[in-house]
Amino acid sequence: MTKPIIELSGVEKYYGDYHALRDISLNIAEGEFFSLLGPSGCGKTTLLRAIAGFEDVSAGGLHLGGADMAGVPPNKRPTNMVFQSYAIFPHLNVAENVAFGLRKRGLSAAERDAKVVEALEMVGLGGYGARAAHALSGGQRQRVALARALVLQPKVLLLDEPLSALDKKMREQMQGELRRLQRQVGITFILVTHDQEEALIMSDRIAVMFEGRIAQVAAPQELYRRPKTRQVADFIGVMNFLPAQARVVGDATEVEIAGLGAATLQPDQCPGGPVSGAAQVGIRPELLTLLYDAPAPGMSVAEGEVVEQSYYGDMTYYDVALPGVPEPLTLSMKNTVGRPVLDRGAKAQVAWDARALVLLSD
Amino acid sequence: MSLRVYAIAYLVFLYAPILLLPLFAFNDSTIIAFPLKGFTFGWFVELWETQALHDAVKNSLTIAVLTAVFSTLLGICAARASAKYQFPFKGAIMGLIMVPLVLPEIIVGVSLLVVVVQILDWNLSMWTVVFAHVLICTPFSIAILNGAFQNMDTSLEEAAQDLGETPLSTFRLVTLPLVAPGIISSLLISFTISLDEFIIAFFLTGSEPTMPVYIWGLLRFPQKLPAVMALGTILVVLSIVLLVVAEYFRRRGLARAGLKDKGGFL
Repeated sequence: MTKPIIELSGVEKYYGDYHALRDISLNIAEGEFFSLLGPSGCGKTTLLRAIAGFEDVSAGGLHLGGADMAGVPPNKRPTNMVFQSYAIFPHLNVAENVAFGLRKRGLSAAERDAKVVEALEMVGLGGYGARAAHALSGGQRQRVALARALVLQPKVLLLDEPLSALDKKMREQMQGELRRLQRQVGITFILVTHDQEEALIMSDRIAVMFEGRIAQVAAPQELYRRPKTRQVADFIGVMNFLPAQARVVGDATEVEIAGLGAATLQPDQCPGGPVSGAAQVGIRPELLTLLYDAPAPGMSVAEGEVVEQSYYGDMTYYDVALPGVPEPLTLSMKNTVGRPVLDRGAKAQVAWDARALVLLSD
Repeated sequence: MSLRVYAIAYLVFLYAPILLLPLFAFNDSTIIAFPLKGFTFGWFVELWETQALHDAVKNSLTIAVLTAVFSTLLGICAARASAKYQFPFKGAIMGLIMVPLVLPEIIVGVSLLVVVVQILDWNLSMWTVVFAHVLICTPFSIAILNGAFQNMDTSLEEAAQDLGETPLSTFRLVTLPLVAPGIISSLLISFTISLDEFIIAFFLTGSEPTMPVYIWGLLRFPQKLPAVMALGTILVVLSIVLLVVAEYFRRRGLARAGLKDKGGFL
């Protein structure tokens, strides 16, 4: 990892009796696209606001670019924020909004105007300078907020659920644009979101938070494939859980999974550390396969019955009940040519690779 | 249908007496009674030539301007505190500040007279009237400004600070422009209230009567009554103009903030 731009150590935040942030320690690298992901009320926005300087931390250290931020007000911090409501000043036009933060930079009017024009062009709003703030659409307001923050070239750009107010199509478009913009300017972005898909698509790394605590910090692939706890696994995508008995044998772990039989797991399949005794085995829907032909070599097979089917067009999700497995397993299949969509009640063979399993403590 | 009749009757009762003012103000007779005699500007001329009235109007205007400024300043502080901060007994404190809105003015007037004369031992003057008017106008200012401050998204102030402004320059560059329509409404409303307030002014005024106190004094002289009608006509016209201006600024404020109109004074 390159030099950290943000260092948090043992950060705590109380609101009266309410413990909003618990022992947050985190380093975020320069130029990283970092996401804080979690359900509402998990403390992710509080953490972002603490970095911006809108909340004092009750304990712990917060360093930005090597400088201690204790007692430094927001206007003296090298961060800029894109607010959830965008906070576009309604009494100023687009160009005046973008120029707002440049007021104290000691620039000539010509330099300032050039920067504003450049920033607006960067976010795709070239020529919108004279537009009144209330005549903008949601997506345009978002872009103005981005331009207003980026024109100051902060060390860190903080984004508080910036896409939650946009409709689905607009949101997907802006996800791509934000990512492109971040690569272009090379500034550290910290994104707060409750949308796991958004976090996976956009981030270099993600911190998953529950109840004021960081549960796991990892790159998207690792987070999805190797969640450390059941809570993380549940929050990111869909995962089937099966009760199992685990036994550590040398480096590997032998598991006896209810209804699926025995399997041997490698150390990287126990992301939360070695587990023995009662445990949970997790497997993602897309890593389970319905057998239409013979199984691929090395795959295990079980026979069951389709109890529920949801057709998504490109994919079909099935819930398949297997004998000895307490809950039906959810699995997804791509709808390719010649592959029939099974109806409820159909007999189905489910196959999986033991390498797809993840062992989590109970 | 019956509601419509009621509404029309209501409006007639409300405005017919006011319509009588200009009618008799231009009537060429000292007796306020029908039939009308003839058309004259005489009463307005008489107003123009009465020095005591000019002094009273000047006193009233001075008091009203000072009252408007002071009560709006106090209103800004209170409305901002109530919109932005949580503090103990907030509900009770805001409630108590609003009490003068419903307190009978005669009670306020008598008790203030006791306080000012007996306890503080001040001389009655224009300033005691300003003091009392600020007391009764501040709740109106707070009520108006509360709306303005609460309509404002607090993240706008945070955004200004995030972009490098101090709390003070944030207030000047963002908060004030956004609540300016509310401030103007508050100034106009408290000005109007102070201008025509009679009871408290009557108790607390010294040797410099305000206009309503002066008019009340005129009523003892029936031959002066048409001049009072003329004065009343001028006041009605002025009040309407002020109210329209206040409403204009209220609507402009809403439009600026991009909000829907949820009804106002007009």
